[in-house]
Amino acid sequence: MNLQTIIDQLQLTILTEPRDFTSITPQGGYASDLLSCVMAGAKNDNLWITLQAHLNIVAVASMLDVAAVIITENAQPDEATINKANEQGVILLSTHKFSYEICGILWEMNIR
Amino acid sequence: MTPTRPQTEQEKFGRHRPLTDRDAHEINRIEELSYDLKVREVMAHNVITTSPEVPLASALELLRVNRISGLPVIEKGRLVGVVSLEDIVRALQKNELPLPVKNYMSTSLVTVKATDSVVEAIKTFSEKRLGRLLVVDENHNLTGIITKGDITRGILLAVQHDYKEEEVRRYRASHLFEDIVSDRTTLVLRYNIKAGDFTHGGNASSNIKRALLRLGADFQVARRCGIAAYEAEMNLIIHTTHGGILKLEVEPHKIILSTNDDGPGIDDVQKVLQPGYSTATDEVRAMGFGAGMGLVNINKCVDKMELESAHGKGTKLVMRIFISSETLNGKKATP
Repeated sequence: MNLQTIIDQLQLTILTEPRDFTSITPQGGYASDLLSCVMAGAKNDNLWITLQAHLNIVAVASMLDVAAVIITENAQPDEATINKANEQGVILLSTHKFSYEICGILWEMNIR
Repeated sequence: MTPTRPQTEQEKFGRHRPLTDRDAHEINRIEELSYDLKVREVMAHNVITTSPEVPLASALELLRVNRISGLPVIEKGRLVGVVSLEDIVRALQKNELPLPVKNYMSTSLVTVKATDSVVEAIKTFSEKRLGRLLVVDENHNLTGIITKGDITRGILLAVQHDYKEEEVRRYRASHLFEDIVSDRTTLVLRYNIKAGDFTHGGNASSNIKRALLRLGADFQVARRCGIAAYEAEMNLIIHTTHGGILKLEVEPHKIILSTNDDGPGIDDVQKVLQPGYSTATDEVRAMGFGAGMGLVNINKCVDKMELESAHGKGTKLVMRIFISSETLNGKKATP
């Protein structure tokens, strides 16, 4: 399933520059707010679900080449974070839902 | 190609856009480019125009001489319409070529903004089925004209430019070890890491990963080194008094990452190696650091890790990664 479909179905807000999300196919996901755990556990092309919204998530996401970061509970990254994400090609998405709900929906959508 | 066609900004200035690691590894971004490229970068700037009172026959002559298929119509500096070859054919059928342009021009104007992404122009093209779009500035003044051909050319040029730039960099870097002859060649990169500098946290390790990919390291090796470097870099930022140095030493068959700092040092080296053990402050933990997994991660990513520390002095961390002969010796890396 491509990222555009996921964005539509989960009604995610796109925080970074638009691009062709249909060409991105996330493979599974990883949920944690502890950056070292993400470093150890998240794989290439995973969706990373977190409520962290500060600058350092961009470095982690870019290092791991995750498909996109879904920031939950309406946590709002600042402008510097969004700029850096654009610079590094990291996609930041946001939702008002809890991480638990997002994971549940993604699991149901067969993103496993 | 039309000889009279003016150069686009693209041709004149080229493009400078940072590539991500993935781009650096595999260049495949035509779709992305249609979002990145702006209309003004690919459009023709010197637009040939006509006025409403000019006979259609003269407009046809303008089209023929310039080998174009449409003309914006300007009246007193204002954009009032477009006359296309199709309009003139309609006039021709009725033998009305001596009539003025205004009788046959189309006044429903479809425009795009010069600052729009090329993808907006592509969308408009497919919706309206037009041959050309008028490009306007924020005051709705005509600044250019764009055709599907301009878009194709712009994207092709941009792809070629990106590709060439990264290829040249990779080529140069990946032949480093072949081109320089010595009994033992080592490339050393040093990064000064400041204590508490969360704003730049991860920059050095990101540069390390990029450097390794350019040197021809395979993706997995670059990723492992990147993760280890990131954890080590964050340790310097979070735990040291004055920051420290993160060093990368590359040889054809091994990579050594190391950090050096001058304090405060670690009380019990065995304890910090336990998963989950952390001395991070609550503030730092709230940012998601201090999981007590940093050194554990490093240990997983590298082949050999040595940690030396004395309380009150400083810490030295050395991480070694051994690589097969297939990478970092000029041969093509496998994705």
